[in-house]
Amino acid sequence: MRLGLLLSWPTVSLLVLVTIPFILLLRISIAPHDQSGMWSPGVTLRAYGTLAEPELLGALLDSVELALAVAALSLGLGFPLTYLITRMRRRIQVVWLIFLLTTLSLSDVLIAFSWQVMLSKRIGLSKIFVALGLMDEAASLTPSSGAVIACLVYLVLPFTVLTLFPVLSRLNNDLIEAARTLGASPVRAFVTVVVPLTKRPAVIAFVMAMVLTVGAYVPPLVLGRPQHWPMAVLIGSAALAGHDLPRASAMSIFLLAATLLLALLTARVARGRVRP
Amino acid sequence: MKFGLEIQGVSKVYGNQTVVKDVSLTVPRGQFVCFLGPSGCGKTTLMRMIAGLETPSAGRILMNEKDITKTPVHSRNFAMVFQALALFPFLSVEDNIAYSLKLRNIGPADRRARVRELLELIKLPDIGPRSIDQLSGGQRQRVAIARALAQEPMLFLLDEPLSALDAKLRDHMQVELRQLQQKLQVTTILVTHDQREAMTIADTIVVMADGVVQQIGPPTEIYRKPANRFVAAFIGQSNLLDAVVVDRRHVRLGNSVTETGAMPAHLRDGDAVTISVRPENVRIVRNGEDTANALYGRVGFVRDVGDHIELRIDYQGRELICIAAPAEWAGIAVDEQVAVHLPIDACTILAN
Repeated sequence: MRLGLLLSWPTVSLLVLVTIPFILLLRISIAPHDQSGMWSPGVTLRAYGTLAEPELLGALLDSVELALAVAALSLGLGFPLTYLITRMRRRIQVVWLIFLLTTLSLSDVLIAFSWQVMLSKRIGLSKIFVALGLMDEAASLTPSSGAVIACLVYLVLPFTVLTLFPVLSRLNNDLIEAARTLGASPVRAFVTVVVPLTKRPAVIAFVMAMVLTVGAYVPPLVLGRPQHWPMAVLIGSAALAGHDLPRASAMSIFLLAATLLLALLTARVARGRVRP
Repeated sequence: MKFGLEIQGVSKVYGNQTVVKDVSLTVPRGQFVCFLGPSGCGKTTLMRMIAGLETPSAGRILMNEKDITKTPVHSRNFAMVFQALALFPFLSVEDNIAYSLKLRNIGPADRRARVRELLELIKLPDIGPRSIDQLSGGQRQRVAIARALAQEPMLFLLDEPLSALDAKLRDHMQVELRQLQQKLQVTTILVTHDQREAMTIADTIVVMADGVVQQIGPPTEIYRKPANRFVAAFIGQSNLLDAVVVDRRHVRLGNSVTETGAMPAHLRDGDAVTISVRPENVRIVRNGEDTANALYGRVGFVRDVGDHIELRIDYQGRELICIAAPAEWAGIAVDEQVAVHLPIDACTILAN
C-alpha cells in the first residue's frame, strides 16, 4: 500500500501537468468567443466550424511538409554523425555529447535570430557563398523555407544524436563482418544488418523530430515567409492577435490529432519493411 | 602449389607493434589446419587477413595461385565462423542460413532446398522457423556453421568457435566438426588456443607465438618432436631440463651424464641445451633393477587422479613430472628414493 502510494507520483504529476491543461484546452475550444475575456462560459461548436478554411488546411499541409523535411534531414545527418561519434575514442565521444547537450541549453528564440543574422545580406553566409563562387551577389537568404528547415534541423539534431547514440555505440561489429564474409558489399551489409538493428531508435528519432517541428513557433515566425507559416504560428496569432482563444484551442486540438496520426502512420510504414 | 591457400611473407603492424611477423605457409586443398597459440600470438589477426577483414602490412596471400591480397571480403567466398558466432538476431534460423544465398540471388525454391539440406547436415532438421534466442549454445554453434557453409566456400575459417561451450559439449563438437569437414572435403582453418582441440581435429598444426610461426607439422610430430622450447612447453605437459652437451651421444644433466638420441648437427660439445621429455615417457625404476642411464631422485609429490598417477620427482633441484597407470606404481610414497630413466627415443634436444 505504501509502495503503491510512493509509485503513484508519476501518475499524479501526469494528471496535473498534462491531463488538466488538456481538459482546459478542450473546454475552451467549445466556448463562445468573447472579445474582452477571449472566451466566455457556454457551449458552442463555432470554433470548430472555422477550421474548414482553405488557408488553415494549407497551413496544416505546410506543417506536415516541414515536419517530414526536418525529420528526414536530421535523421540523414544525425545517423552518420552519430555513427562517426561512436567510432571515436571514448574521451572525444564525451566531448561531442557534452557539446551537443550544450546547444540544447540555448533558447530557440536565440537560435532563430542567430540564423537570421547568419543568413542576412550584409554579414551573412551569402558573402562566403559569393567568395566561393556559389552565388553571383550577396543577398538575404531569409525569409525562406530553406532557412526555417536549416534552423529546425539545428535545433532537432542533438535529440536525434542522443536517441541514436545508445544503439549505435553498442552495434556489434561482428555482425557486419559476418555479413561481409557471407558476401555482402559494405552497402548491402549496411542495409541488411545495420538498418534492421537500428530501425526502432531511428523511427523514434524521426517521429521526435516531426513532433518537435510541428510544435516549433519562433523559427518559422522569424525565418519563414508569412504565406507559408505553419499551424503553430497561426495558432499563436489567433490567440494573441485575434484574441480568439476558442479558435486557437480548436486549432491546437486539430493539430494535435494530425500530429498523432502522422506519428502513427510513420511507425506503421516503418514496421512494414524488414528482412534483407 | 596449384590448389589451396598460400601465404607469402605476411606481416601486420599496428602503430609500432608488429602483431604478425613475416609468416609464410601453405594450406593444401581439403586440409584441416589449426593455428594454435596463446592469446595475443597473432593467430586471429592472421586469420582475419586471410578473410580480408584486415589488410596485411606486407606480403601476399594467394588462393589457387591467384593473388587475393587486395580482393574485398565479400568477393573472396571464404566463410567465417566468429568466436561470438555473430548470428543475426533479427532473422530466424532459416533466414540466417539463407542470408548468403539471398545475396547471390538464388531463387526461393532452391534456397529452401539448400537450407533443408544444411539443417539435416547439422542434425537439426526442425529448427528452421525458430528465432536465434530460442536456441541452446550447441545449436547456435551448428547454425553458425551451417550459415557459413551455405555459400559452399572455397575456404572455411573458424575463429575459436567452440571456446564458449562447456567441456563436454566442446569435445563432442570437435569430433563432429572434424567429421563434417572430412565429409565435405572443404579446406578449413581453425584458430584455437586449446592444444587438445588442435590435436583432435587438425591434419596440420601451425604453432604461433609473438606473431611468429614456431612450427608447422602434423599433430603427432608437433607433440613428439617439438621444434623449440616454446612448442615443447605449450603443447601438452613437458619436462624441460637444462643440460650441457658432452659429446655426440651424451649430455650432462646436473651431476650425471646420460645417453640421449642423436645430437642435432649444429650443436657443439659444451653447448647449453634443453632436454624435453613428455611425462608419460619418463620411466621410474624401483628396487635397483636396470640402473644404467638413470638419474637418482626423491619423490616429492604424488597425485592419484584415478585413471593415472602423477609423480613429481625432485632431481638435484629440478622437478621431473612423470605419469603412469596406477598399477605400475602401486604404493609409491613421498620421500622414496627412485631411479629415473629417460628413454633415448623420447628425448628431444633443443638448442637454447
